[in-house]
Amino acid sequence: MRDINISEITGVVKKLCLDTNFVLPEDVWKKLREAQATEESPAGKDVLKQIIENDTIAEKEKIPMCQDTGLAVVFVEVGQEVHITGGDLTDAINQGVREGYTEGYLRKSVVADPLRRKNTGDNTPAVIHTEIVSGDKLKISVIPKGGGSENMGSLAMLPPSAGVEGVKKFVVDAVKKAGSNPCPPIVVGVGIGGTFDGVALLAKRSLLRPLDSVHPDSYYAGLEKELLKEINNIGIGPQGLGGRVTALAVLIETYPCHITAIPVAVNIQCHACRRKTFII
Amino acid sequence: MSTKKISAPFDEKTVADLKSGDSVLITGTIYTARDAAHKCLTELIEQKKSLPFELRGAVVYYVGPSPEKPGQVIGSAGPTTSYRMDAYSTLLMQHGLKGMIGKGKRSPAVIDAMKNYRAVYLAATGGAGALLSKCIKKSEIIAFEELGPEAVRRLEVENFPAIVINDIHGNDLYDEGIKKYAR
Repeated sequence: MRDINISEITGVVKKLCLDTNFVLPEDVWKKLREAQATEESPAGKDVLKQIIENDTIAEKEKIPMCQDTGLAVVFVEVGQEVHITGGDLTDAINQGVREGYTEGYLRKSVVADPLRRKNTGDNTPAVIHTEIVSGDKLKISVIPKGGGSENMGSLAMLPPSAGVEGVKKFVVDAVKKAGSNPCPPIVVGVGIGGTFDGVALLAKRSLLRPLDSVHPDSYYAGLEKELLKEINNIGIGPQGLGGRVTALAVLIETYPCHITAIPVAVNIQCHACRRKTFII
Repeated sequence: MSTKKISAPFDEKTVADLKSGDSVLITGTIYTARDAAHKCLTELIEQKKSLPFELRGAVVYYVGPSPEKPGQVIGSAGPTTSYRMDAYSTLLMQHGLKGMIGKGKRSPAVIDAMKNYRAVYLAATGGAGALLSKCIKKSEIIAFEELGPEAVRRLEVENFPAIVINDIHGNDLYDEGIKKYAR
């Protein structure tokens, strides 16, 4: 067994909350620059210029790239040879979120109850997805998820007869319906398969994949390409002002499913595609 | 693209001259308000109580800024999604509101109200809060401090960039943009 003290976990989560809000990942930078080169609409080009300028200021001056610094979604892969010492894993993660959001002057955007709506004051609790894996490492990924794009997500339990065409229509319609709301250019996270609960998680987890990566299964690599083309043909464009670049990438994650259904979920991510992973 | 320089609060002429698709730079006084503040303002109007700022000609900016660091005027301050304010906007326009700044599409009812009450809706770039914060020269909380990031602030802005989405003639840049670029 390998001992990992919770103080180390707290420190890593804190740093990831800060880094993600100030520094746009390199793969997203690359896609934004490509978008600026290919966008035809003058208004769209101007928006992309503003976004690139914004993200440059954010990194240089440590100002959050977006005022919605998100609800911290934390993915944790715990190696089964790891022994966590000094306290509770969930508490350690939430302490990291608390410290990061307080010390970094990040916005506190979490209410304690969905209906009674009192702000918790420190952006906790995080939404935590824990998985036990082989090995003796602890892998932590943080995605601070803003409301504008998160609120545009959708999910369906399609019948098997809907097939790949049904899935494509559902995804494209979700993006159409979202329109200008989720701050395009967006990243479209798609979950296909699993169960009602599992498919949403697939869609969320897909957002961790680098935007310039190719899906390991050539069938889905092709589907991602087709969907990206169809989505960019809608014409929504940067910030919905009309244009060629509505999405920077489509990322699909799949899982086996029941004989009666094709679960499909779309989790939309704004252009501030903030996420970072650290392995302890 | 040509850019118009306009001042806030908006007068009748400013609003009448703005056309869907115009790029503008706004200088002057605007007020922040989002979901919770809109609810509070609506309650004050319904109870016939005085409002924390003059609504006649006012421009509201849908923003919940991140906290300012010591020495900063304001933290990151980009627009939030506007449809959540649709339920409240018509009443505010009836009481003199002339401009709204946010991002994302408005409801047909709000677009109609903009025609009836001669008001405009502008979009600022969502997710450009660090950049937009540079155009905010002064910020002061004037009401509902208990709402935290949702408190109403009076902002002094200089050359704040926005684009007109809905003008007083019922035009909608979001619809036009898609039509133009759909394949």
